[in-house]
Amino acid sequence: MDLTILWFWIIAALFIGYFVLDGFDFGVGMSLPFLGKDDTDRRVLINTIGPVWDLNETWVIVAGAALFAAFPEWYATMFSGFYLALLLILVALILRGVSFEYRHQRPESTWKKWFDGMIIVGSAVPALLWGVAFANVVRGVKLDVNHDYIGTFFDLLNPYALLGGVTTLLLFFVHGVVFISLKTEGDIRVRARKLATRAGIVTIVVAASFLAWTTLAYGTPASAIFAALAAVALIASFLANLRGAERLAFGLMAGTIGFAVLTLFASLFPDVMPASNDPANSLTIANASSSAYTLGVMSWTALIGMPVILLYQGWTYWVFRKRIGRAHIEVAVH
Amino acid sequence: MNEWLDPLLLSRWQFGLTTIYHFLFVPLTIGMALTVAIFQTAWVRTDKAKYLQLTHFFGKIFLINFAMGVVTGIVQEFQFGMNWSDYSRFVGDVFGAPLAFEGITAFFLEATFIGLWIFGWDKLPKKIHLATIWLTVIGSITSAYFILAANAFMQNPVAFEMNAEKGRAELTSIGELLTNPIVLASFPHTIFACFMVSAGLIISVAAWHLARNQHFETMRPALKFGMWMMIIAGILTTLSGDQLSLIMTEVQPMKMASAEAMYVTATGANASFSIFTLGTPDGVSELFSVRIPYLLSFLSTHTFDGTVEGINNLQARYVDVYGPGDYTPTIWITYWSFRWMIGLGLAHMLVAIAGLFFTRKNAAKPARPWMWKVAIWSFPMSLLAMSVGWTFTEMGRQPWIVFGLMRTEGGISPGVTGLEILISLIVFTLLYGILAVVEFKLILKAVQKGPDDAPVLDAESGVVKQAVMVY
Repeated sequence: MDLTILWFWIIAALFIGYFVLDGFDFGVGMSLPFLGKDDTDRRVLINTIGPVWDLNETWVIVAGAALFAAFPEWYATMFSGFYLALLLILVALILRGVSFEYRHQRPESTWKKWFDGMIIVGSAVPALLWGVAFANVVRGVKLDVNHDYIGTFFDLLNPYALLGGVTTLLLFFVHGVVFISLKTEGDIRVRARKLATRAGIVTIVVAASFLAWTTLAYGTPASAIFAALAAVALIASFLANLRGAERLAFGLMAGTIGFAVLTLFASLFPDVMPASNDPANSLTIANASSSAYTLGVMSWTALIGMPVILLYQGWTYWVFRKRIGRAHIEVAVH
Repeated sequence: MNEWLDPLLLSRWQFGLTTIYHFLFVPLTIGMALTVAIFQTAWVRTDKAKYLQLTHFFGKIFLINFAMGVVTGIVQEFQFGMNWSDYSRFVGDVFGAPLAFEGITAFFLEATFIGLWIFGWDKLPKKIHLATIWLTVIGSITSAYFILAANAFMQNPVAFEMNAEKGRAELTSIGELLTNPIVLASFPHTIFACFMVSAGLIISVAAWHLARNQHFETMRPALKFGMWMMIIAGILTTLSGDQLSLIMTEVQPMKMASAEAMYVTATGANASFSIFTLGTPDGVSELFSVRIPYLLSFLSTHTFDGTVEGINNLQARYVDVYGPGDYTPTIWITYWSFRWMIGLGLAHMLVAIAGLFFTRKNAAKPARPWMWKVAIWSFPMSLLAMSVGWTFTEMGRQPWIVFGLMRTEGGISPGVTGLEILISLIVFTLLYGILAVVEFKLILKAVQKGPDDAPVLDAESGVVKQAVMVY
């Protein structure tokens, strides 16, 4: 297989890894106002992702670095073109990351409220904007002959992209709430399941419309299949949650997100960033990629590195497999 | 266009600000991870409670920093594409690879095992838990290697060939890229300097408590440890720094000449090192200076009769090679940052040496109380030395973004407006400013609280019973 095409799908895989893993982190963050009745509840929620949010977030660093190395042109165009959107994502990630660390440092409730607010906003903003960004990539943006973005920030806020943003926001929210039902015990677990049902109905409607729009406007036969699989997985997850099969529901949500990302990448193929103003200016797998030598070196690194990474990250989740309840928080020395 | 909205100037300020800020947390993460790992190893080997207390105490300070290091690091990676897209296009094929390696081999390791370490006290057997902090140390140091290899390419591009059709540099040998002579010297120099920063922190913290006659049983060993670490790391930083300046003279002679603000080529005794210059360091007039003859010759060539090329020669030579232009860095910045780096580095090494002498045997206190006050400044001094060192090496690279290949103004993002960059610069300045205050207060509070009593251990397994930290 051509290495450039291999790396196109590796980039897709890294973003799937990021969205599946940090996706539920975002969902947990956004669930604080819905499931966190008091401080102990909120601490239970935050501690479900406590040991893993950092490693989950590392996926975006690796995805970004891989994009830089494998498709420098794509990385350069996308990151400079979506300047203000990425600035917002960065600010959100900073606020969210420090809030996890800072909120428990002082007992005052106003102090905690501040950081709870920042966790909520800091989770919702990236969850929304990553969807907006990727939907815009699929839809195509205005590029000049040097592949530089020539649109404005407000061009990015078109209906299709906004629907994409709301879709990822809702998917991550439900993903996080299902994760909470899987990781907690007692009352909060029951409430999480109910919330997942209520939010699930809206999510199915929104995600289905986005997937349908993608398929009709930008789709290929392959993307249509992925879109259908994403929709089926989402509905199956909803049903699994209704029946209380938490593990299955969570696995299916991960599948939904994975298939949704594949839908977008399959729609793009073989472009990586189509130019809406003039197809001749489009960035493609061929004209955006690195040299065969660089891709070869990176392929070996990924081939050796990724299995090891998956192994020790899997082990981490196994170490922290136990459910968390209010009792754990109350005895903790902190 | 309004000069306040100059994208080049604003992007440079933003990169400088965010990088210096990020690099306040990086050395602490690298150095503190090692320190904590050493304390914990001492505990596992000796079972002495004081080492466990120290592990927890410095572990907490380490963790307050860690989140900041992670989140400000994402900014660094995104910024290449956001603000320096033409640079990214030009070097991506070469520069991207070490960043990707860093992610795959180092970041995941660090991020995963730090989580296991923080939350795994009551879940992992003692020795496996100890292994998690050592893997964090390995991850953080490996990551430094790759990022410094990427940086070394900007200082001294190697292992590439130009692809004229694509208008970019392409990698020809990964082995050569990762063994750039610059990184072979800058890696030990940076890592040992990171250890100096964490040693500085330990000395400051321990001195603060000992000056107040408290926590003697934990803070005294910490002080000794910090001072030894400072001296050893300091010697190694000096030696590797010496190696670095030797290579720098060879591959970036302009940087060395601008470090000394030396305009005219000099040989032997005339290649002197000025400790201090009063007047204008632009070489036009000098009122007063303290100079050590031969020292610059020695630093640059390891001989006493070496010739060090002056700025004027180099400027003329570069005009011949690269065409008309100004190839001189901002001299007052390179001159003074070089001196402050060396001066501060030596100063807090001296504090450590004097400290070891004055607290020898079992003297609870040095002869004079003011000595504690001096020792408390070790940490700010080491952080400042680190920052000015980076300022020197990056400002000394100017006007190049990749030496000899691309000038800094050629690297910026053509599609990003000055206004957008002004917005992001303001946002980062405010955000980082506020977070610095919060961070500083939290660290101060954790430091002043001092170590907790030894945690309860499970009688059977010897494992710490309660989770040390819960969010």
